[in-house]
Amino acid sequence: MTEVLMWHGDYLFLLMNLTASDFRVRYRNMSLGVLWSLLNPIILMAVLTFIFTRIIPNPRIPNYPVFILCGLVPYNFFTISWTAGTTSILNNGHLVKRVPFPREILPLAAVLSNLIHLLIQVGLLFTLLLAAGKTPNRYWLWLPLIWALEVLFVTGLSLITSALNVFVRDMRYVVESVNMVLFWLVPVFYSFSVVPQAYAGVYEFNPVAALVLAMRNILLEASAPPAMLLWKLALSSTAVLAGGWLVFRNLKPSFYDHL
Amino acid sequence: MTKSSTVIRLEGVSKSFPRHRGHRLLREHVEALLGRAGRERFWALQNVSLEVDYGESVAIVGNNGAGKSTVLGIIAGLAKPDSGSVAVHGRIAPLLELGLGFQPDLTGRENVRVNASLLGLSRKETRTRSERIIDFSGIGDFIEEPLRTYSAGMIMRLGFSVAMHTEPDIILIDEVMAVGDAAFSARCFEKLRTFQANGTALVCVSHSAETVRVLCQKAVLLDHGKLLMTGAVDKVLDAYAGAAVAVSAK
Repeated sequence: MTEVLMWHGDYLFLLMNLTASDFRVRYRNMSLGVLWSLLNPIILMAVLTFIFTRIIPNPRIPNYPVFILCGLVPYNFFTISWTAGTTSILNNGHLVKRVPFPREILPLAAVLSNLIHLLIQVGLLFTLLLAAGKTPNRYWLWLPLIWALEVLFVTGLSLITSALNVFVRDMRYVVESVNMVLFWLVPVFYSFSVVPQAYAGVYEFNPVAALVLAMRNILLEASAPPAMLLWKLALSSTAVLAGGWLVFRNLKPSFYDHL
Repeated sequence: MTKSSTVIRLEGVSKSFPRHRGHRLLREHVEALLGRAGRERFWALQNVSLEVDYGESVAIVGNNGAGKSTVLGIIAGLAKPDSGSVAVHGRIAPLLELGLGFQPDLTGRENVRVNASLLGLSRKETRTRSERIIDFSGIGDFIEEPLRTYSAGMIMRLGFSVAMHTEPDIILIDEVMAVGDAAFSARCFEKLRTFQANGTALVCVSHSAETVRVLCQKAVLLDHGKLLMTGAVDKVLDAYAGAAVAVSAK
């Protein structure tokens, strides 16, 4: 028999409400509110800049704070939204068991609510870029596309891990460990040019790394991202999204039994 | 929808749940995947058939663990039966728990919006009905305050009020009639009766014989996942009371 979810609601309206409520809940009781969105990367940027210009000097990279931020903004968005996406079904287990709304809306809303932080952080990045004397160029038009691919990628991953997390509750720790590893394997605080040739091709298949590389091409070097890099980013993002959709679709009928 | 047509039809529905016995270690997962160890299952429903017609109200009675809530979960499309067929026609308001998705840090009004969209209201419907929802709940000025400042009764009232304004064809109620104070409770019953008069079907789980008698004409008795009896509400309630007496006499 096919699964019939008795829900005739307004998909976009629900998605928007859940996204907004995620966002509001997180900041409403903080005295600094949304400012945390800015403070977080600024603090980390300051610490990393201190380490890599004073403790372990890295003279080859100009504009180190901006360089770091080009890595931190995508990395932060990726890790935070993936973690939130992963726990979204389990954390809303009572809802999933009692209201027949489309389940995939939960990981989707978790990712989208982080998009609001992303926009704020991208604003910070642009401000610092302008302060560093960089001016917008036509390659900036690539930015929305590569960010859209990143959102597809993290949505796909979240669909997989949020569904698996219902059955195997350790998923969350797996995700956190992977995120920690990624901080080192994504060129956040070092330059891609120091990565040995043997690994470089593999690096580009990691959409987070590819995104960081493309951002630096566009923002710091004022050049177009290499076509090969974009193809790899597009390929891996859409493949993960398609895989995520399949996994989620197959697992969601059993959520009720395991929550 | 034509009158006297069937809005809910369950035929030979069985439903089992895996038993974890509290274990979720990797070994169990691997064994389950390999199909070894034939994971033990708990049968919540066995071969249950049930029909609910347009405008009809049916109560499900039985002891704890008889499978009452599972029946509602299957009608709502939340749980997938192992076997049997399920056919449901119309918009369902599943009142399996009130105020689902309510966030303590959001205001009453914001929560109404989220809850309404979860229950399937569109943006326009939510906008046009939210004043009515808030009026019916009787929350008053508190609607602009965060939900954590509400009493339990106020939260229930707000949740019930949203659910009542989704204009459902089918209402599923799971022990949620103990809502608010006497005055609000009376308004809820009145509202439900209006729905019934307009053809809304009702499936109700309650341990309160009084609630069941007031709301339903028909009842089914479940015991350990099996359907023991279907009939007029008084007959089924008497049989259930009789069974309870027999058990306690043993």
